[in-house]
Amino acid sequence: MTNSIDDLEKAGCILVIGSNTTEGHPIVGLRIKRAVMKNDCKLIVAEPRHIRLCYYADQWIRHRPGTDVALLNGMMNVILAEGLADEEFIRERTEGFEEFRKVVEQYTPERAAEICGVEAEEIRRAARTFAGAPSAAIVYAMGITQHTTGVDNVLSLANLAMLTGNLGKEGAGVNPLRGQNNVQGACDMGALPNVLTGYQPVSDPQAREKFEKAWRVDYLPGNPGLTIMEMVDAALRGEVRVLYIMGENPLLSDPDIRHLREALEKVDFLVVQDIFLTETARYADVVLPAASFAEKEGTFTNTDRRVQRVRKAVEPPGEAREDSWIIAQVASRLGYDMGDVSAPAVMEEIASLTPSYAGISYRRLEELGELRWPCPSPDHPGTPILHVDKFTRGKGKFSPVEYKTPAEEPDSEYPLVLTTGRLLTHYHTGSMTRRVKPLDELVPENRAWINPADAERLGVAADQEVAVESRRGAIKVKARITEKVPPGVVFIPFHFGESPANALTNPALDPVAKIPEYKVAAVRIVTGKAMEGLEYVTA
Amino acid sequence: MEQVRLNIDGVDVVTTPDRTILEAAREAGIRIPSLCYDRRMEPYGACRICIVEVEGARGLLPACATRVTDGMVVRTDTEELRRIRRTIIELLLSDHPRDCMTCESAGNCELQDLAYEYGVKETRFPGEEHHYEVLADNPLIERDYDKCVLCGRCIRICREVQGVGVYDFVNRGFEAVPGTPYNRPLTETPCEFCGQCVSTCPTGAIISIPSKGKGRPWQVEKVRTTCPYCGCGCQIDLHVRDGEIIEVSSPVMVGPGEGNLCVKGRYGYSFVHHPDRLTTPLIRKDGELVPATWEEALGMVADRISKALDDKGPDAVAFLSSARCTNEENYLLQKLARAVVGTNNVDHCARL
Ligand code: SF4
Ligand code: SF4
Ligand code: SF4
Ligand code: FES
Repeated sequence: MTNSIDDLEKAGCILVIGSNTTEGHPIVGLRIKRAVMKNDCKLIVAEPRHIRLCYYADQWIRHRPGTDVALLNGMMNVILAEGLADEEFIRERTEGFEEFRKVVEQYTPERAAEICGVEAEEIRRAARTFAGAPSAAIVYAMGITQHTTGVDNVLSLANLAMLTGNLGKEGAGVNPLRGQNNVQGACDMGALPNVLTGYQPVSDPQAREKFEKAWRVDYLPGNPGLTIMEMVDAALRGEVRVLYIMGENPLLSDPDIRHLREALEKVDFLVVQDIFLTETARYADVVLPAASFAEKEGTFTNTDRRVQRVRKAVEPPGEAREDSWIIAQVASRLGYDMGDVSAPAVMEEIASLTPSYAGISYRRLEELGELRWPCPSPDHPGTPILHVDKFTRGKGKFSPVEYKTPAEEPDSEYPLVLTTGRLLTHYHTGSMTRRVKPLDELVPENRAWINPADAERLGVAADQEVAVESRRGAIKVKARITEKVPPGVVFIPFHFGESPANALTNPALDPVAKIPEYKVAAVRIVTGKAMEGLEYVTA
Repeated sequence: MEQVRLNIDGVDVVTTPDRTILEAAREAGIRIPSLCYDRRMEPYGACRICIVEVEGARGLLPACATRVTDGMVVRTDTEELRRIRRTIIELLLSDHPRDCMTCESAGNCELQDLAYEYGVKETRFPGEEHHYEVLADNPLIERDYDKCVLCGRCIRICREVQGVGVYDFVNRGFEAVPGTPYNRPLTETPCEFCGQCVSTCPTGAIISIPSKGKGRPWQVEKVRTTCPYCGCGCQIDLHVRDGEIIEVSSPVMVGPGEGNLCVKGRYGYSFVHHPDRLTTPLIRKDGELVPATWEEALGMVADRISKALDDKGPDAVAFLSSARCTNEENYLLQKLARAVVGTNNVDHCARL
């Protein structure tokens, strides 16, 4: 997030797009609700599904899944046409405005409305509310990024924020909400194929040299490695022989389960290090028992860049060990001594190699409770709002973004759009929450959400078991008939291994971010006798 | 902000005009008893336990709902105030089951603390007592309105903080209780099971079912940590008794949630002790995963990585790190990939 969670309550307007905030990020949801209730903040929700935040919204725009760029371009077209842009901000702090303007001018509200399946007036109204507010914040989550046009979507949001001068000040900003507790931290720590810690590119010889010295090795590779989806393909081609998975369950979280399962079977050697024998671990050659969050020391970095402590409260069961111990053991057997891998010592090493974490230490965290990066020195208080005086790269760059259709659109064979997501009660692949009895009792089973009009046409009754089929596979799941999804759209949460939504999703990737398109896939619903002929995927 | 000077019980206090007398006193280390007050909400001024004397004011004022003004002289602990407070407590106890011995909230009950502090044992007002049915209509939250002191905190936190508004006072007069519309079970209301109402209820009227009977406050150790679920990063206290997590709470006004949690953070802890936890390394033998020693398992991992390195070079090995593991562990795993194995094939499920 460019701004902080607390800062949301200072916004005059909040645009929530592609985030079912009260379920995916409940406490951010709570703060947004409070901004509306207490401070009269105008909330705009742009979301195909009816989510809880719609009850608090000034305006709910129900655009078709995958049409975010068109919607945002339409809004920006209105802002330009009606002279609502922040001219000074554009002049002083940005570049690339002219090319951007040319593209946006093509997206009249009428044209955008047509693509999005909404009224032009709705787009005008949202544009006026957003641009008219003294400060306006954008909040988004995986509903924006999990598309083949994910990067385009994010660039469009950045355009909107710059066009209205809503960066680098209170109550504003572009605020992505990260899916899992430490996505931010995993990225910051260089668990990415192209960067070392703090986003230092592996291709930068100077950065490599610094790490080579610190790590006492002669050579670090400078060519970016494989992303997770590329690893899967490389494994199928026989290029990746050993796959080492720590604390992830891609078999439920990744698109196109069948494809992934083939890859897990194909690799010569699969290591899974986790707290449970997850769906993925069942394919492993070696399973290493790890400690849970309550059994170790460490830090997590949350979605607003706050580094906070994780503390050991209980002992790990049996012979389970901390991941840090396991990693150091593997390293030492490969002839490398990692030295002291206790959490404070590792943080010291991180700080010494990572400018944005340079001022973070366990001593300070103990004292202050939290520190937000960038925190470049031991006396730096941390940074609640990014880009206050300037952007990291100097001037903010407008990007001309054209609307592109999703990789797979509904057709006569697969006439419905599938979109996936989360429920309040469960988390990610369910390996934790589904093992918490009261939570599992509250929401024991998966449901495919279907609009009453579609249900009637298909002859599906509430709680009836149906098959949902895409070009990649089929699952059996009971139907929930609800107006919360628009006609033509099916929503399925992905927490449930018995009816894994990701057996159906499309692994088509965003060309830059390499994020699969979880939010749009073409499916059909099969009922009755025809269900018998299908082959079902379970994880 | 401008400053305000006032005197509380003979102590000079400097604060800002947005503070209430109660807040200013607490900041200065002077404790005024309260019951319907919770920092997370707007002042309500209903229970009158926090009454104080303010020089020049007509009557006694509720400290929780009165803002400070410059030059104010406040007395919080006079004989008169103590007498009134004692009467309020006696009235509350006249219709309260005195079963502190088995009550889930004993040791964590504001009414019990008041009775203790004011030495109220018997009530001078014996009268009709309520006997409501205990409501356990869902797996998480139990309500026993026999223990309700009508402070309205549950109603207000659900409405003001959670923005849901499940409860309101139902019935009138003696029969008034905070209830759901038409007494529906919580599962049939918009309740989000955040447990904010549990966290604010000053007595044992609203409690968490999963921690019932598991331990008294003085038997547990609280360990402050960060919620393992979503990216909000709420701060939580794990309540540990004999090596078991028996409850989770959140410190008020600390961290992104400021003392509020969601259903996962508050109730999603017992997976830690689930029998399915892996307790030994496993190795595949004849197609089956069978228990092994760390020596065997680690040796095998290292051998197979070395073999892949010899046969095909470092890029034949790939690592998936975890958005659920700590920063330090993520750091170490990418170090293992890059420095030890020599590949940049390291990613995690951030995108997913
Ligand atoms: S659990 Fe949360 S939503 Fe449910 S009644 Fe209590 S405060 Fe309201
Ligand atoms: S149930 Fe608890 S919080 Fe609610 S009014 Fe009664 S005593 Fe207060
Ligand atoms: S308590 Fe809920 S909102 Fe807070 S971090 Fe945990 S999962 Fe997220
Ligand atoms: S605490 Fe002040 S009136 Fe209840």
